[in-house]
Amino acid sequence: MKILVCITHVPDTTSKISFVDEDTLFDKTGVQFIIGPYDDYALARAVELKEQLGGSITALNVGLVETEPTIRKALAIGADEAIRIDAEPKDTFFVAYQIAQVVKGGDYDLILMGRESIDFNGGQVHGMVGELLGIPSVSPVMHLDVEGNIAKLSREIEGGKELLEVDLPIVAGCQEPISEWKIPNMRGIMSARSKPLKVLEPFGDKQKTVVENFIMPAAKRGVKMIDADNVDELVNLLKNEAKVL
Amino acid sequence: MKVLVFLESDEGRIKKSSLEATSYAAEIARETVAMVFGELDLSELNKVGSAGAKKILHVTDSNFDQSNIMAVSTAIAQVFEIENFELMVMAKSSLADSVSARVSIKVDASVASNVTNLPDMANGFTVIRSIYTGKAFARTKLTSKKKILTIRKNTVPILENGSDPEVELFQPNLKSSDTAVKVLSQEKSSGDILLPEADIVVSGGRGLKGPENWGMVEDLAGALSAATGCSKPVSDMDWRPHHEHVGQTGVKVSPVLYVAVGISGAIQHLAGVNSSKFILVINKDPEAPFFKAADYGIVGDAFDVLPKLTKAINAAQG
Ligand SMILES: Cc1cc2nc3c(=O)[nH]c(=O)nc-3n(C[C@H](O)[C@H](O)[C@H](O)COP(=O)(O)OP(=O)(O)OC[C@H]3O[C@@H](n4cnc5c(N)ncnc54)[C@H](O)[C@@H]3O)c2cc1C
Ligand SMILES: Nc1ncnc2c1ncn2[C@@H]1O[C@H](COP(=O)(O)O)[C@@H](O)[C@H]1O
Repeated sequence: MKILVCITHVPDTTSKISFVDEDTLFDKTGVQFIIGPYDDYALARAVELKEQLGGSITALNVGLVETEPTIRKALAIGADEAIRIDAEPKDTFFVAYQIAQVVKGGDYDLILMGRESIDFNGGQVHGMVGELLGIPSVSPVMHLDVEGNIAKLSREIEGGKELLEVDLPIVAGCQEPISEWKIPNMRGIMSARSKPLKVLEPFGDKQKTVVENFIMPAAKRGVKMIDADNVDELVNLLKNEAKVL
Repeated sequence: MKVLVFLESDEGRIKKSSLEATSYAAEIARETVAMVFGELDLSELNKVGSAGAKKILHVTDSNFDQSNIMAVSTAIAQVFEIENFELMVMAKSSLADSVSARVSIKVDASVASNVTNLPDMANGFTVIRSIYTGKAFARTKLTSKKKILTIRKNTVPILENGSDPEVELFQPNLKSSDTAVKVLSQEKSSGDILLPEADIVVSGGRGLKGPENWGMVEDLAGALSAATGCSKPVSDMDWRPHHEHVGQTGVKVSPVLYVAVGISGAIQHLAGVNSSKFILVINKDPEAPFFKAADYGIVGDAFDVLPKLTKAINAAQG
């Protein structure tokens, strides 16, 4: 079983988001970076599948050198080796193309990703990689088991879920409750230092979108507090201001 | 220019978000062609015409399940090529994420997801999309000749002045790989308002103490014709099903009104609701962080406030 887990290096979910250079650049000052929470689920499930079935896990990130502490964390959680494509992940197509090239050279049975990244929230890299490779992509995946050459999975649909079966290889965009986030232990952290982290030059530079600038949401109007004994006042506001009644 | 729209349906009804996508397309282009999968009544197809589509390509082949990412992508790509479209729009959804991605590779298109405005076509083709889970926006230029957009809910109002559309059956050519993923079974709660589609959402948090108290939440939701949601710990503890969990790692909603009851307002929860038009917070702790993100707030015990509020709303609606 050869598993590739694609991880993003993203601001901690509690981060305040702001921009510099006339709103063209994300302001990293004071921001703590983490493995994307959905990617973290994918990695945790990969570790369990490897325990169960044997094989190896490769963690992959498209990013500049600053992402290496995040990649080391994936090694500490249980990946055996890692690859970093040395490029700024500017565009979804660009990232998907890089990942597809790595898969082509690697003979992977399972390519696990998060259902979406929490920075650009495209939810599209898994579909693009699947299409670039001509293999199925499934997302959002809530359960994943492997029996022989067959993946058995459940996928969330609006208002419920469906059970699926498909031959490997596949790309899966993962979400909870596929597994529980794993915290690296001391042994993991020590061994991560000596696990291989290969740095590759990017494959081409094609991208299909360009971000011109970032925009912050409008400030909130401020809250109107209503006395718990005066719900009629609230009903009035819902009727005449929010116009939902 | 003519625009292709991918429509999703649920229980035989075109999703509201798909009607919005149709109207979005109609705002841009004179000719809007919509594509839809599965059995649907003519009255539903006429709604799509009313929202702005001139023509509907209807795929009724029973081999086609709308949720089959690969088959749907293949069918759309065929239409894209045959009819020489340069732009496709669809409502943002988890299905649309995957379908837009696969089609963009098949037809070599740029794709922008979670778009929140009409495109600026004065100098190229630029849209604004929501990023960082609603905490910011990116003005994004699509540089390929062909383009695909997924539209966030409530971006444009649904038009109601169009005429009945021309309906044409469409039979795509599938490859065997398009049906490689076998659906063994589907479990779906029926009759409920889908959370991402709802105009009003009532969510409960850990403050409600246990699943046995959800009746109050459902009563308020019923009075408002709202969908119900919850915070992450609530679905983690299995008080509520996973697909109701709202937030950074759950469903992102953008209703007209979001009601949060007994939810503290952690930043990961807010990330999923911050594009709501109005937010009402009911919490017994006046210091709960959610009040800072709210439009309306009541400090009080949910067990006392909810029944009173439901009663008052029912009374107001006669
Ligand atoms: C990586 C990551 C991702 C996460 N993603 C999400 C996510 O997507 N969605 C999400 O919701 N959370 C998410 N969380 C968890 C989040 O940080 C909070 O822990 C969670 O939102 C808290 O849920 P809660 O508000 O229901 O519970 P609590 O924080 O326990 O708050 C309960 C609230 O109820 C109030 N209360 C108590 N009793 C009453 C009463 N009788 N009447 C009225 N009010 C009452 C209390 O004052 C309190 O404010 C995530 C966390 C992490 C680390
Ligand atoms: N720069 C990147 N490097 C590696 N994997 C990525 C990168 N960006 C996105 N992915 C993967 O693709 C998934 C979906 O991302 P997105 O389409 O950007 O929402 C993420 O959860 C990751 O698993």
